Amino acid sequence: MENNAIITIKDLTKTFPMGKSSFTALEGINLSLGTGEFSGLIGPSGSGKTTLLNIIGSLDTPTSGEALVLGHSIGELSAKQAARLRKESLGFIFQSYNLLSVHTVFENVEFPLLLLKMGADERKKMVMDALEWVGLTEKVKSKPPQLSGGECQRVAIARAMVKKPSLVLADEPTANLDAANSHNILQTMLKLNKELNTTFLFATHDEKVIGYLRRKIYLLDGKFEKEERVGEDEVELKEVESGRRLSK
Amino acid sequence: MIKFLIKGLIRDKSRSRLPVIVVAIGVMLTVFLHAYITGFMGDTIEMNARFSHGHVKVMTRAYAENMNQLPLDLALMDVEELLNNLQQQYPEYAWTPRIQFGGLVDAPDENGETKAQGPAAGFAMDFLSEGSREADRLNISKSIVRGRMVQEQGEALLSDDFASKLRVEPGDEVTLIGSTMNGSMTMYNFRVAGTVSFGTEVLDRGSILVDIEDARLALDMYDAAAEVVGFLQTGFYDNEMALNTASSFNNKYTAAEDEFAPVMKTLSQQGSMGQYVELSNVWAVYITMVFVLAMALVLWNAGLLGGLRRYGEFGVRLAMGEEKGHVYRTLIYESVLIGIAGTIFGTATGLFLAALVQEYGIDISGMMEGSSMMMPSIIRTRITPVDYYIGFIPGLFSTVIGTMLAGIGIYKRKTSQLFKELEA
Repeated sequence: MENNAIITIKDLTKTFPMGKSSFTALEGINLSLGTGEFSGLIGPSGSGKTTLLNIIGSLDTPTSGEALVLGHSIGELSAKQAARLRKESLGFIFQSYNLLSVHTVFENVEFPLLLLKMGADERKKMVMDALEWVGLTEKVKSKPPQLSGGECQRVAIARAMVKKPSLVLADEPTANLDAANSHNILQTMLKLNKELNTTFLFATHDEKVIGYLRRKIYLLDGKFEKEERVGEDEVELKEVESGRRLSK
Repeated sequence: MIKFLIKGLIRDKSRSRLPVIVVAIGVMLTVFLHAYITGFMGDTIEMNARFSHGHVKVMTRAYAENMNQLPLDLALMDVEELLNNLQQQYPEYAWTPRIQFGGLVDAPDENGETKAQGPAAGFAMDFLSEGSREADRLNISKSIVRGRMVQEQGEALLSDDFASKLRVEPGDEVTLIGSTMNGSMTMYNFRVAGTVSFGTEVLDRGSILVDIEDARLALDMYDAAAEVVGFLQTGFYDNEMALNTASSFNNKYTAAEDEFAPVMKTLSQQGSMGQYVELSNVWAVYITMVFVLAMALVLWNAGLLGGLRRYGEFGVRLAMGEEKGHVYRTLIYESVLIGIAGTIFGTATGLFLAALVQEYGIDISGMMEGSSMMMPSIIRTRITPVDYYIGFIPGLFSTVIGTMLAGIGIYKRKTSQLFKELEA
C-alpha cells in the first residue's frame, strides 16, 4: 500500500515555552506515510499525537527537524501558504464535528468548495456525491441540531472528503459516539479510503478506532515507541465482525 | 461565498437581529436627539429673533449701548427713509420697525376707578399695514386665547395671564401709563381685542402688544422707531450671513461721530445670544461624537461577545484553509450589512419619533415658571436634512470600528490550538 510518500518526517522535535523553561512535546520523530494509508497515531494523553497531527496539518510548525507534507516543508510555509495547503489538499475531522449549526447539511459540506471558488453546478454535484458516500442524501436540507451524533460526524466526514483531499486528519473522531455509530463511521472512512485512495491519519487512543487501523504508530511521552502493521485481511475480518454486530 | 454568509447572518438571530436592534436603538437616539437639539435650540434662537432680537437689528449707536434700558429718547428718526434704504440694499431680509417699551397697564372698573394695574412689557409692531408679516412672524393668530387679533387702531392684545390678573376681558378698555420719547408722561387708552399665550413665561407674565402707529401716537414717536429688525427671507438664522450684512452696513457709518447714527447688530451680537448660537452650532457635533464613542464601545463589546460565540465557527474555517484575513474581512462585511440595516431602521424610527414631537411638542411650561429667559415652553424637534444621514455615523462607522476591534482576536488566534479548542 505504501507507494508514494505524502508525509515524510525527519528528526522532528517540538518544544513549547513554559515560563523560563520549555516543554518538549515531540522529540526525534521519524515517519513516512504513503498514499492510501489508513493509519493512526496512538498514545495516551500527553503523548504528542495531537501536536504531531497539528504539524502534519500545517496548523503548527516544528521546532527542529523537517516535516514534508505533499512536498511542502511545513516549517517553511507562510501562514497564507499553510492555509492554501489546508484548503486544497487536507481534510479535517474533529471529535466534536464542529458543523456550522445555522447552515444545512448541504451548505456545511459545500463550504470547503466555496473556499476553492468552484462553480455552482460543480459544487452541487460534488456535495451530492460526498453525501452519497456517507449515506445522507435524504438529509441535505436538515440542519445539524436536527441530526444525531452519528449523522453529524458523517456530515463532517463528507465535508472533509468533498474536495477529495490527498490526506484526511482525524482527531479522536469517535470520542463522542456510541459503539454502533463509531463502527459505522469507521467503516464509512475505510470504504472511502479504499474507493478514493485517500490517506487517513488518526490521532486516537480509542480501541474501536485502533481495531480498524492498518498501521498503528505508538507514541509515548513525545517519542516514537513502536509501530504495528496489520494485514488487510485482518481488517476485512474485523469489518465483517463489526458488520455482524451492527446487524444484530 | 457572499450568499453563504448572508444566509448565516439571516438565520443566526443573535448574529443579525440583536446587533441590528442595538444599532437601530443607538441610531434612533442619535437622530431623535439631533432633531431635538436642533428644534429646541433653533426654537429658542428663532423665538428670541422673532420677539426681540431679529436676525439683524438696526438701532442708533446710543440706543445699542443702552439697549437693556429701552431708552426711547435714543430711538431712530426718519425711519421710513431708513427702511427704504435697507429694503433696497438688503432685499434678502424682510425689514420692519419696532418699539419696545415699558409701562403700567391700568384696568378701570365700571366707575372708571382703577380696578387693577401691573407693569407690562410693551411691543409695538406693524400689525395693520398691508402685507405686514409681523402677526404671522409671532404666530399671533394661533396664540390667541380669547377675543381676536388687532384689526384697527386703538386696539391691543394682552398676554392671557396678565389679562386674568387684571380681570380684563376682550372688549374692555385699559390705559397704558408710560413716558414718551421726550420724557414726558403719557396715558393712552386701548381697547383689548384679545388675549394671547406665547408659551413663554417671560412674555406671558405681563405684556401688551399694540400696532406701531398707536405706539408712535402714545409715545410721541412720529416717523421714529426704537429699532428696525431684519429677518432673513429663508426664515432661519444664518450667523455668517448676518455678520456679513452687519459688517457691510456698519462700514458705511464708520466715520460718523454721531451717536444717533445707525448701527446694525446681528442676533449673536446681542446679549448672551452669541454664546447660545455658538453652543447650538457645536452641540450637535458633541452629541454625535458622544454617541459615536458610546456606540463604538457597545458594539465593540457586542462584537467581542459575538466573536466568542462564533469561536468554534472561526476555528473550523481557519482549519479548513480559510485565511485569517478573509475571515476578518467577512466579519467586517457582515458588520457593514448590520450597520446599514440598523441605521435604516434606527433612522426611520428616530425620524418618526421626531416627527411626532415636531407635530405635538412636549410641554415643559411647568418647569419654566419664573424664568426670565425667552425660551419655548413647548419643546418641538425640528427635522433637518442632516437627520436623514447623521445616523450613519454611529450606526455604520461605530459598528464597523467595533467589529474591527473585536475581530483583531482572529489574527491573534493560534492555529496550533485549533484541535484542542474545537474538542470542547
